[in-house]
Amino acid sequence: MTLARAAGVILAKELRTEFRSRELLGTTAVFVLIVIVLFSFTFNPTSSESRRFGPGLLWLAFLFAGSLMLQSSFLREQTNDTLAALRLAPIDPFSILAGKMAANFLFLLLVEVILLPVFAVLYNVALLPVLGPLLLVLALGTIGLAATGTVFSAVAAQARLRELLLPLLLLPVLAPVLIASTEATIGILRDPSELSLVWLTFLACFDVVFLTAAWMVGEYLLEE
Amino acid sequence: MRWSGVARSNCCAIWSRAELSRVSAPLASSPNGGLGNGPAGGLRIQFSEVEKRYGMRFALRGVNLAIAAGECVALVGHNGSGKTTLLKIAAQLTRPSRGKVSFFAGENPIPPEEVKCRVGMVGHHTLLYEELTAEENLIFFAKLFGLADPAEKARQALEPVGLAGRAADLVRTFSRGMRQRLSIARALLATPGLLLLDEAGTGLDPEGQHWLGATILRLRDSGCTILMSTHGRNETQGAVTRAIRLDGGKITHDSGAGGNPNEVLVMAAVRDSGEEGQP
Repeated sequence: MTLARAAGVILAKELRTEFRSRELLGTTAVFVLIVIVLFSFTFNPTSSESRRFGPGLLWLAFLFAGSLMLQSSFLREQTNDTLAALRLAPIDPFSILAGKMAANFLFLLLVEVILLPVFAVLYNVALLPVLGPLLLVLALGTIGLAATGTVFSAVAAQARLRELLLPLLLLPVLAPVLIASTEATIGILRDPSELSLVWLTFLACFDVVFLTAAWMVGEYLLEE
Repeated sequence: MRWSGVARSNCCAIWSRAELSRVSAPLASSPNGGLGNGPAGGLRIQFSEVEKRYGMRFALRGVNLAIAAGECVALVGHNGSGKTTLLKIAAQLTRPSRGKVSFFAGENPIPPEEVKCRVGMVGHHTLLYEELTAEENLIFFAKLFGLADPAEKARQALEPVGLAGRAADLVRTFSRGMRQRLSIARALLATPGLLLLDEAGTGLDPEGQHWLGATILRLRDSGCTILMSTHGRNETQGAVTRAIRLDGGKITHDSGAGGNPNEVLVMAAVRDSGEEGQP
């Protein structure tokens, strides 16, 4: 079975189990909404202040969403040792990671899409005129978040202090994604024509490097 | 064991002893039962100086073992003696720290990437998704194994384990015994030439144990190589052709390919019952 097909089968399973239980999406969406509302209480935003500080707060909220959502990506496979069942299958080990990365990407993107209108209202930012470039930045940043988070979720799931370990591993590694995404978003909100190619290229390179690294070490990551 | 109404009706239909041969027969002869290949389908395994360490602790020490195609080997020993580790290494779930494991179909070595296509395993855990139905679980694994017509394969696999009537129910609503039967159906989905059973009888009631014994016997007779860990004597041991005792990660007794496994099995049963009797 090809890598893409196996990843597709695993992605379909992830979507089916999540939309059936709705544990992760519901919890994360509510948590991130609370975070973004609480952030909005910390200052009284004028439009110019929002454009300066809003993107940082928005991406911090996404980061919190990621660390909460990605935690369970591999923890769920431990209930009945289903990770062993996946590893028993004659598929490329990276397809397990790829399927989960794709699922996490979609879940995070869904939460982000729910969050954006709330952010626009609370922070007095007009997002519609910049929606195209913003979605591009969101997509690239979220790929980085989902790829890195899924890999570290696989690592942390086998550790004893797994709930603490994932944020400890994830947040420093994701600092470049956070900086690049925030800077790119600030540029877009300031002037849609100011879409920074430097930050976009940086995000794309981060995604490619991390996906390649995950592909190379995927087999070892999933071993006991 | 308590059963829901639907499950009870299934059980009555499936688990009565008069029906056992009928029940296990479709498993053996169905295309998904994995037994249509005949004796040529069984794998030969060779463990050479296999050692496994977890940190400073040895789980296996210099295991040399050759298992011929079609053998049904019982691994006995105390908890922590290395049975599960040996099975995990055979399933390629864990790598040996030293030594190697080779697989052969007839005289031809099988490339490592092809071994997984021909191995089925029932583990300590059920290896099933609780948020999926019984049918969805089997379809999912059938797809991962690249089987043609996964839905039909799943349907065929559910019939002999007595879960056809519960195909659309979530696994989390199943009893332990039903999960175990579904786990066995999952392991048999992809026509295994090597079946690894890690205390597969766990959670099964006496009728279930009897069915498992009959199924293993049928699989063995059709040429499938079986390696199973077990405690003491039970219904599954009627099929055993060879027994190996592990102690501290080493093979201490081996009845051999043509030997009498009962001596090792009885010895294990006596030791286990002796331990149970201790305060």
